[in-house]
Amino acid sequence: MSTIAATIAGRAKAAAATRSALSRGGVLALVLAALWGLWEGYRWLWIATGWGWPFAVDDITMPHLHAIVAQLFEPSRTGGPLLISVLFHSAVFTAKEAVVGFAVGASVGFLLGVAISQFRVLQRGLMPYVVASQTIPILAIAPMVVVGLGNMQVAGWTPAPWLRVAVIAAYLTFFPVTVNTIRGLQSADPRALELMHSYAAGRWAVLWKLRVPSAMPYLFSAFKVSATASVVGAIIGEAPSSIPDGLGGAIINFNQYYALAPESLWATNLVAAALGITFFLVALGVERVAVRRAPEHLA
Amino acid sequence: MSDSVVSISGLSKTFAKADITALDDISLEIGQREFVSLIGPSGCGKSTLLRAVGDIVEPTAGSVEVNGKPARRARLDGDYGIVFQAPVLYDWRTVAKNIALPLEMLGWDRARRVARVKEMVELVDLAGFEDHHPWQLSGGMQQRVSIARAFSFSPALLLMDEPFGALDEMTRERLNLELLRLWLETESTVIFVTHSISEAVFLSTRVVVMSARPGRVSAIVPIDLPQPRMAATREEARFFELVTEVREALHAGGADLA
Ligand SMILES: Nc1ncnc2c1ncn2[C@@H]1O[C@H](COP(=O)(O)OP(=O)(O)OP(=O)(O)O)[C@@H](O)[C@H]1O
Ligand SMILES: [Mg+2]
Repeated sequence: MSTIAATIAGRAKAAAATRSALSRGGVLALVLAALWGLWEGYRWLWIATGWGWPFAVDDITMPHLHAIVAQLFEPSRTGGPLLISVLFHSAVFTAKEAVVGFAVGASVGFLLGVAISQFRVLQRGLMPYVVASQTIPILAIAPMVVVGLGNMQVAGWTPAPWLRVAVIAAYLTFFPVTVNTIRGLQSADPRALELMHSYAAGRWAVLWKLRVPSAMPYLFSAFKVSATASVVGAIIGEAPSSIPDGLGGAIINFNQYYALAPESLWATNLVAAALGITFFLVALGVERVAVRRAPEHLA
Repeated sequence: MSDSVVSISGLSKTFAKADITALDDISLEIGQREFVSLIGPSGCGKSTLLRAVGDIVEPTAGSVEVNGKPARRARLDGDYGIVFQAPVLYDWRTVAKNIALPLEMLGWDRARRVARVKEMVELVDLAGFEDHHPWQLSGGMQQRVSIARAFSFSPALLLMDEPFGALDEMTRERLNLELLRLWLETESTVIFVTHSISEAVFLSTRVVVMSARPGRVSAIVPIDLPQPRMAATREEARFFELVTEVREALHAGGADLA
């Protein structure tokens, strides 16, 4: 009986999943079509009317979208590999920096959040600096950090260039994680806290068994924001220190030849966006698996 | 008194910020294996009394002793099992792991935990749901998990604050019977807050009637219905007499029973 019921329920679930996947795919296609329409429509209108504000539109400032996509499948230079293959390798390089930066930033951010929420002194003493750190423009500190760390020597060891860039990615990652960790740890049900109190639970038991699990939805909200921020951090970190192997390097490079081949820069932007979206989706996927909650709690 | 499980003397609680005297000079002795219900108008301090006994709020004056120890010592020794009106289960834990939570906190080893959880799951009639998560259960089932969790480590004293207040009448009467069975099978003493006169009479060995502003004990009604109580107990003449007695005590205490 129950197996039959389970099978039927399983089939209904699978059918519902297929339906929702189809409708999601449909929405995605619609959004892409709308974006394409916006781009091409804007282009057409500005060219047809000759408006010069905010900038004059032509094949240099706004190439056709299909030209940008087609550029991906052209050789990157005469006799060289296809642009898409070059950009793929750049994206892998940047992804490595971003992943390491994200891991370091998320860990530091989480530990900082735990420390600040556990020790009242730190709330006063540390929080202002945490907030201030985010008001410094990343463009100003990126060269300092990347070049500065390059001149550093710890027991004869100098961090590799990509590792220095990862520091910038970490810098953009930690803040949302810290803020949401603090909020998440405070979100525990007060009666659940009373219950732990009645079991004579110590501070660390309350933290690990109640506060941290309660904070998981908040943490994953932060991870989703930070995942894309770490990609941005890695790209920005590469640019000023002329590290040529990543997407940041590709952007600097193609920027110099913009007047000749604007499509290459736009194509690089597309790949960078795809990398950011991939990071977001990975964070979302991990959340689905890790956070066991009533379905309505999941974003 | 040496045979008291709970000994409350001269207990007062004032919430200074709100300038509210929630409890005023409460004294009460509760013996081994008693089932005591607290009943009274809303805001008369039932929850506050329960929380003072459980060392969740600090009394302004007076003392609470449990098994001859101060409330704080009793709490640190794991003498309290608590059930709230809401089940307060951990969403990320399964039914079995929710029941095992206090056992983990008390340092029971794995084998002992597993054995006890199995026992409790059967006692509250949830066999087969061990691996479900709380949100997959009905409200009544969730409250049974919460009760199993409270009884799991055989605490000396159970503090229950309107545990069935949010449930429908039928579920409530079934859980009343289940609770009495658990109470008879274990060695525990229960303090039970309720708004329902018939529930208080049906479950208790004594009903403590409280009056409001300031919260005081206005009457104590011993319930001499025979044990074990069954569904039919609710239809006995003595049951109705006792219900009437408690209702009149509530009115005499100034309760406005709308
Ligand atoms: N933390 C608090 N701060 C200030 N006042 C409080 C606090 N807790 C309770 N009170 C007050 O103490 C009084 C008694 O509250 P308590 O919750 O014990 O009542 P109760 O008898 O349990 O009521 P109910 O039947 O509605 O649950 C109320 O007037 C309430 O406003
Ligand atoms: Mg109450």
